[in-house]
Amino acid sequence: MDWTALSVSLRLAGLTCLLLLPLGLWLGRTLALSHFRGKPLCEALVALPLVMPPTVLGFYLMQAFGVEAPLGGLWQSLSGGGLNFTFTGILLASLLANLPFAVQPIQRAFESIPPNLREAAWCSGLSPGRTLWRIELPLVWPGLVSALALTFAHTLGEFGVILMVGGAIDGETRTLAIAIYDRVQAFDESGAAIMSAMLLLVSFLTIGVVYGLAGRRRWRRG
Amino acid sequence: MAEPDPTKSQARLAVQLQQAGPIPLDADFHCEPGELLALVGPSGGGKTTLLRAIAGLYRPARGVIRCAGETWFDAEAGRSLRPQQRRVGLVFQDYALFPHLDARANVMVALDHLPAAERVRAAEGWLARVRLDGLAGRLPAELSGGQRQRVALARALARSPRVLLLDEPFSAVDQVTRRRLQRELALLREEIHIPIVLVTHDLDEAAALADRLCVLHTGRSLQQAPAEQLFRRPASPEVARLLDRHNVFTGTVVEDEEGRRLQWGPWRLEVAEGLAALVPGQRVSWYLPPSDVVLHRRGRPSRGERENPVQGRVVEMAVLGGISSVALAFDHCDDTLRFELPTHAARRNGLARGEAVGVSLLAAGIHLMPGAPVTHPEIPDR
Repeated sequence: MDWTALSVSLRLAGLTCLLLLPLGLWLGRTLALSHFRGKPLCEALVALPLVMPPTVLGFYLMQAFGVEAPLGGLWQSLSGGGLNFTFTGILLASLLANLPFAVQPIQRAFESIPPNLREAAWCSGLSPGRTLWRIELPLVWPGLVSALALTFAHTLGEFGVILMVGGAIDGETRTLAIAIYDRVQAFDESGAAIMSAMLLLVSFLTIGVVYGLAGRRRWRRG
Repeated sequence: MAEPDPTKSQARLAVQLQQAGPIPLDADFHCEPGELLALVGPSGGGKTTLLRAIAGLYRPARGVIRCAGETWFDAEAGRSLRPQQRRVGLVFQDYALFPHLDARANVMVALDHLPAAERVRAAEGWLARVRLDGLAGRLPAELSGGQRQRVALARALARSPRVLLLDEPFSAVDQVTRRRLQRELALLREEIHIPIVLVTHDLDEAAALADRLCVLHTGRSLQQAPAEQLFRRPASPEVARLLDRHNVFTGTVVEDEEGRRLQWGPWRLEVAEGLAALVPGQRVSWYLPPSDVVLHRRGRPSRGERENPVQGRVVEMAVLGGISSVALAFDHCDDTLRFELPTHAARRNGLARGEAVGVSLLAAGIHLMPGAPVTHPEIPDR
């Protein structure tokens, strides 16, 4: 069992969730509530990582992270280091690859709130901020939980993007999924089996949490 | 109507809104504290839009909304208070209760202005006033339609609103519940002295509950009056048709040795009032309430027989329980005259399709509508 790889994986998944939560909340709510000209384009861009082969996404990110590219160059001038083959690089890649997993459940959850609930809250005297806190968030939280669970599980299992951008540097970019591949390459099938079982367990638990929460909403019955 | 005293007009709700589109509006009405004004008219007539504009949920292009001495909306001055600042109680058509909060918490949302310690007691007090004591812990999904409506009403009143707005509040419940809720609203009115605006497409409901009705069509306010006056004296053929009134005809003003009369086909009709202001030769639309049509009894004279007698033939007779609805056709025009009478009276007089009958058109009932065009605008069925 490669505990270092597990710790890299958990750190990556945890940070991805933490950073995507506010971003997904803002983007999902905006896409659900507002109507603007470029909305279908925005939605398509958010969904793109779902349909794009991970190696292709990884390839473009690797290109963009290079020091000659604008993004990589900007990062180099700000931090003094590169993005390729670093933990920051795979975190950034993971944020982009997980965008649809975070945004779409949140967007659907906000879309399912009848618009007049928000108006009823305003007429009852609640400010938009308090309406979000007391009415909207309690109604969308199952969507939030499912966004986080999907993001977490998907990050743990991500292979192609991480390999292209990060390689397999021990303690930095070698995640559990990549470690499994390395074990198999080294003919250590029992090591791969233990780690695979670990990932299976975590995936099953997260999806179990999502379905468990979805079933607990008493008020959905109406 | 006499001018209301200044303290009253301070607290009144005055609405004056216009816009060309996307939802056309041309409305001008007011509602006094303690008064219940019903906005009636066909679906899509802009009633709900007007209510939303009063609540601050919709911003029309032009106009002014004043309430309780405050200007809530003034398009020209660029002033539009947010819904939170207007203090309106709005009962939505589908009640819009917060599904994750129980009845008590739904009402408490509107009680933020009270100290936290008093909110629970105040919320339960409001629930008791709408007869929901004991159900405070139920979620909306666990309440019946009528109970949900009461929670919505309690929530709307909890904020001590300056105006109460009701958007088709009885449309989603069965008829027995509707009657009970309507009775309770009538009782509740004795306790709250704010303007109440009710949107409904049900004329009977409006007539039963409201002090005054405001007839709306495609966003235009056509007439405001108490129900009785509206049904007897509609301002125009358009209003008469919107109110489901029949008996709108066209006649000509004539003058002979007996004075000024209304010529309708071969008959010269006496009219109790309104003719003096018109000139001979003028074409004018007129309306007669069905209650002012008196059937001539067979074989013996009847009340008012000499007053405007006309002869027609029965083209339709519908028996609706104890009441029969009769339509008469005439040779001189395509219009039909409708009236109702007890079914036993219709039977006794041998009324049947094709029979010729005589009726009197009571002079006091004939209502002239000289301001309106004489061709009737087509109004789609409600």
